[in-house]
Amino acid sequence: MARDGVVEARGVGVRFGGVSALESVDFTLADNELRCLIGPNGAGKSTFFKCLTGMLRPTEGDIRIRGIDCVGAHPHQIAGLGVGIKTQVPSVMNGLSVRENIWIAARRLNTTRSANRIVSETLERIGIADSAGDLVGNLAHGRRQLVEFGTVLAGNPWLILLDEPAAGLTADEAERAVAVIREMNERAAIIVVEHDMHFIRQLANTVTVLHRGRILTEGYVDTVLRDPVVRDVYLGKSQ
Amino acid sequence: MTSRQLVLSVVIAAIVMFVLPVFFDVLNLTTYAAYALLALSLGFVWGYGGILCFGQTAFYGLGAYVYAMTAINLGEAWGGFFLAILIPAIFAAILGAMMFYGRLSDVYLAVVTLVVTLLLFRFMNTTAGPEYVIGEARMGGYNGIPGFPTLHTPGNPDANIYDEELYYFTFIILFVCYLLTRWLLGSPFGRVLVGLRENEQRIELLGYDVRARKTAAFAFGGGLAGLAGCLYANAAEIVTPELFSLGLAAEAIIWVIVGGTGTLIGPMIGAAVLGHLKFVLGLQSIKQVFGKENPLEATLVFGMILVLFVLFLPRGVVPSIQGWFGRSLVGRFKSGSGMRRRTRSERARNGA
Ligand SMILES: Nc1ncnc2c1ncn2[C@@H]1O[C@H](COP(=O)(O)OP(=O)(O)OP(=O)(O)O)[C@@H](O)[C@H]1O
Ligand SMILES: [Mg+2]
Repeated sequence: MARDGVVEARGVGVRFGGVSALESVDFTLADNELRCLIGPNGAGKSTFFKCLTGMLRPTEGDIRIRGIDCVGAHPHQIAGLGVGIKTQVPSVMNGLSVRENIWIAARRLNTTRSANRIVSETLERIGIADSAGDLVGNLAHGRRQLVEFGTVLAGNPWLILLDEPAAGLTADEAERAVAVIREMNERAAIIVVEHDMHFIRQLANTVTVLHRGRILTEGYVDTVLRDPVVRDVYLGKSQ
Repeated sequence: MTSRQLVLSVVIAAIVMFVLPVFFDVLNLTTYAAYALLALSLGFVWGYGGILCFGQTAFYGLGAYVYAMTAINLGEAWGGFFLAILIPAIFAAILGAMMFYGRLSDVYLAVVTLVVTLLLFRFMNTTAGPEYVIGEARMGGYNGIPGFPTLHTPGNPDANIYDEELYYFTFIILFVCYLLTRWLLGSPFGRVLVGLRENEQRIELLGYDVRARKTAAFAFGGGLAGLAGCLYANAAEIVTPELFSLGLAAEAIIWVIVGGTGTLIGPMIGAAVLGHLKFVLGLQSIKQVFGKENPLEATLVFGMILVLFVLFLPRGVVPSIQGWFGRSLVGRFKSGSGMRRRTRSERARNGA
């Protein structure tokens, strides 16, 4: 099998009982690429995302991350390769402080001393140093999203998977998120699942459109968004 | 834990250790200290690891039995002392691995651990016959095992540690285990464990193997509980299947709830206070107040206490007191620390 991408998915399919959520999806992500995965509600974006992260085992097909067969691997094994993951539903440790959340992420591959340093740097990078000691559960939604970004960043990943990072963010926070993602992209390949068109325009050059579990089209963002078929299935519904 | 906190907790523990015998019987206190160690183990596993174990007494009873039978076979105490930690820890590791690698949900986990305890209860009750013997130690069925060698000065099986000495010994072991658990919680392993309690998926997505870590934490708790069982056996000088009974399993949970989950000191205090309450309720003179045919049942009282706490003080005594005192005092003394420069409120939350 050719190894020309960071992520190589071939013929991936997922069935829930009789319902087919994903069908023969082929997907390749190149080194240092930033790719947006878009599509209407229920298109299968999160399902595909979960196949990549090991949270879901595809019914058929083959997924390789840097050539390593990832079908059936556990999420911690995928993350252990150096993959940073943010799920659609914000997943943070609410009962711990912002600093503790990020520290736990930083500590996996580092000594306590360098983990402490990474925490300070990360807090600065995502701009939440002022709430470092606050309980994450007490923060507003947007800030919790940023904390989750922080946990992803602190692991210094070379591949980052983000499911709807802009959901629930204010315009300011979304702008910050775009900046953070851009910065992360200097060191890592990134897949962003997103709904918000404005956010996608700010972010990506290549987008992949999923529709009813299949890939509808793939291409440069402006071209794709002008495509009448895409406008029909996607923009027609949500805007 | 900073060295100042360490010194402070040593001082407090020493004062408590020397003052208690002024007011209470040392044999009772020894028993309460063993209970407190059992509660510490459950407080760790449940309150910090988020593992709802209804059968922590399985490891406690196992520790007691392992100690008694080893002591009979060896004719001395210390081999049994260490096996009473090791074997329950290994048993917990195996049981834990089956549950965590099998992805058992919390409720099933609670049920499975309880069922294991009750199976041991049933089994130990059926071991009355002479065929149930390991080496020279007969398991004794519902009568249990009496008359095993108790703790003694190492190397000299005739120099027994008993009465006051046994109390001090038990108390010091309890305190050392408390410090050890604090240290563990302050270590990176402990910090990740607390994170895991908060959000298992997040920890997994950060690349930590949740199953292995929970198994390790469960084994540590099992070892502590086993040691508690060994200390109890030395105080009681008999081990019986009652150690695996539903009643004791329930009591251990009540101690932790009343004392407060999410702290270590809370469950320990809960165990000692309720242990004493049970003793007082069991006294013949009190039963007579209520009439011999209608003795005041400890189980009933404990049930009421549990209901009252769940309704009015659901966080337990120690966390509530911490809340009332603005967290500053208690939090400052009793914090685990794996990180630099943690704020006061952070410390209080990880408190006691
Ligand atoms: N666990 C499941 N069991 C059954 N059906 C499921 C399950 N998860 C997803 N589905 C179905 O699969 C389809 C794709 O869902 P998915 O969550 O991947 O959509 P999505 O593109 O992420 O949508 P959204 O934009 O709303 O997040 C949907 O029809 C959904 O109902
Ligand atoms: Mg989705």
